[in-house]
Amino acid sequence: MKKIIALLLAAVLMLPVCALGAEAEGSVLNIYCWNEEFKTRFEAFYTMPEGVEVNWVITPSTDNAYQNALDEALLNQEDAAADSRIDLFLVEADYAVKYSDSDFTLDVIGDVGLSAEDVADMYPYTKAIMTVGDALKGVSWQACPGGFIYRRTYAKEVLGTDDPAAVQQFVSDWDKFGETASKMKNAGYFMLSGFDDAYRCFSDNMSAPWVVDGMIQKDPVIEQWIAMTKEYTDLGYNNKANLWSAESSAGAGADGKVFGYFGPAWFIDFSLAKWTLADSTAEPAVGNGSWGDWAFCQGPQGFSWGGTWICAAAGTDNLSLVKDIMYKMTCDRETLAKIVEEYGDFTNSVETMTQMASGDYRNEFLGGQNHLALFLENAQNIVRAMSTAYDQTCTEKLMAAMVDYFNGVVDLDTAWDNFFTAVEEVHPELSH
Amino acid sequence: MQHNEIPARHKSVSYAKWGYIFLIPFFLSFCIFTIIPLGRTFYYSTFEYFRSGLKTIGPTPVGLRNFVEIFSKADLGKYLWNTLWLWLLGFIPQIIVSLVLAVWFTDTRLHLRGQGFFKTVIYMPNLIMASAFSMLFFALFSDGGPINSAMEMLRMQPYSFLRNVAGTRGLIALMNFLMWFGNTTIVLMAAIMGIDTNLFEAAEIDGTNAWTTFWHVTIPLIKPVLSYTLITSMIGGLQMFDVPQILTNGNGNPNRSCMTIIMLLNNYMGKSKNYGYGGALSVILFVITSVLGLLVYYVLNTDEREERKLEKRSRMGGVQL
Repeated sequence: MKKIIALLLAAVLMLPVCALGAEAEGSVLNIYCWNEEFKTRFEAFYTMPEGVEVNWVITPSTDNAYQNALDEALLNQEDAAADSRIDLFLVEADYAVKYSDSDFTLDVIGDVGLSAEDVADMYPYTKAIMTVGDALKGVSWQACPGGFIYRRTYAKEVLGTDDPAAVQQFVSDWDKFGETASKMKNAGYFMLSGFDDAYRCFSDNMSAPWVVDGMIQKDPVIEQWIAMTKEYTDLGYNNKANLWSAESSAGAGADGKVFGYFGPAWFIDFSLAKWTLADSTAEPAVGNGSWGDWAFCQGPQGFSWGGTWICAAAGTDNLSLVKDIMYKMTCDRETLAKIVEEYGDFTNSVETMTQMASGDYRNEFLGGQNHLALFLENAQNIVRAMSTAYDQTCTEKLMAAMVDYFNGVVDLDTAWDNFFTAVEEVHPELSH
Repeated sequence: MQHNEIPARHKSVSYAKWGYIFLIPFFLSFCIFTIIPLGRTFYYSTFEYFRSGLKTIGPTPVGLRNFVEIFSKADLGKYLWNTLWLWLLGFIPQIIVSLVLAVWFTDTRLHLRGQGFFKTVIYMPNLIMASAFSMLFFALFSDGGPINSAMEMLRMQPYSFLRNVAGTRGLIALMNFLMWFGNTTIVLMAAIMGIDTNLFEAAEIDGTNAWTTFWHVTIPLIKPVLSYTLITSMIGGLQMFDVPQILTNGNGNPNRSCMTIIMLLNNYMGKSKNYGYGGALSVILFVITSVLGLLVYYVLNTDEREERKLEKRSRMGGVQL
């Protein structure tokens, strides 16, 4: 019964949208996002039709500011004048479900008008995460399979080789990874930078969603991550840094002692490459810090991290333009290939990526390696069926709570209790 | 004759209405920005009213359930304790140092030179935004920060300030101390300078030492200002937020030992916009602040009231006689 009512409601809500779509379109296209990532790609590869201007509303995600601003705007969407309504907005993997599982986003196929063939070549997980019932609620230009990015010099010194295929043999499962970590420790290096580095390898392979029926779950896979990180911390395998801390980025610098980091393509370009530079104002090139002294291998476990999706907002007055942008930026193979060449993204087209992986693409930061081939298999194997609207809170609060356990300030049970308390404080509808 | 008109001029002219007229803007803004929000806070504290994702739950009246749940689920006692601890850790050294400095600066015999300079310098930390100050300390005292590097250079054992309860609480207290001791010093100096210097001279002639003068002349005479300092600092302490929020990245760790009441409120009002819990917590804080404020006020002013009573009684006695 509830479902029928919901369907009816949705249908009624869609009516004005469809009616609007048929009429003349608005002259302002409002796009909500949290950084310049999409803007640069959009401005480089999309030509706006005449008479329509883009209004970028960029709010940083720090302290939840982006979601706060987006939520307010979405909740006022019905009362807003046509030209100030949100037309497009971007969401990140950790909270995408909050928006996909709502009436504020349009079905990309049913409402916006892309065809099933248009999105057929996208990596399955990028569609799974945004699929609610039969509706696809957002599309992405990128896929974010991750791997292990290691320092070539240290690999040569300790393992005797820096060849990605050979190094992969030393880290192909968690047992071997631990053995290699011990070798690194003996040589005076840290296998990982800190506590949270391996988190995504585990959290992306959880056995159940973070929240089931309002109950927060203690997933065995997460417990595995905690046990391993505690062991690594006690044995001195990591540099005890928090994610995104100054200590973590210093580990990749010229004098840094960190052997490797886990991450996807965007992590290499946006984070690691910058951390390796001794002189950040100079041209990134071999010789500037540890730039170019890195290589990529698949690591012990396939995983993905992050990702940005484009959603069409219900109530948009630029529906056909939205459709065209979605097509051009996420389905058009020519654009996707250009994005790889220009920005190093791993883009969301199985065929394009397969072609480029065997092509002559070279990444200078990774010592001239064509790492796309190594991403290929991982990208196909990503499963994102476990996503919930609470992933972001759970991830942040878990990392914060477990640091105390890793440092020996509290025991494991207290750390879990602190985690539950912190999550339930933010989401009163949850319990454990 | 002109002289006859003079009494007419003495007819009193009331300017009181202008006083009320000039007060209108204040009372208007006070109502809009303080009384009405305060009333709504009380009102919503009895509702279940929050957001789950993009869906708004409530408002549903739930009576006093929010209050019960805050005490049972949220362990409010712990956060109250944290807040008081953090405040006392900063306030005790602050009041001691401020008293000493105020006495030194005002001592006519000591006649310290360069007072203007010192007064400016000790007030300076207060000019920095608390959040900026906190970020600075975060960078200074982090594991790879300059303080730890300096300690290593001096062959001392590096210390993870932000990973130990004592270290983190100590840093928060230190920041609050640094930010407020200059302000308190200046307030106390004003109070001490208000004391008739004859009293100090008289005490000196009676052969008191500095300690006795301080304890039996200065302190009793600046008591009203001391109680003002204590109450304002306590209210400020109960509302402690920006320093621990920034230093601990909003988590109040290690082991939630630096989670203050307002940080908890911030968590309630963040993602889920929980007006029910937020309102209830604010009401509790309102009651606590009022009770503590009144308590301090009465304890510190007991002597004065008794004196006044005695004075009144003796005057009345005089009449009776």
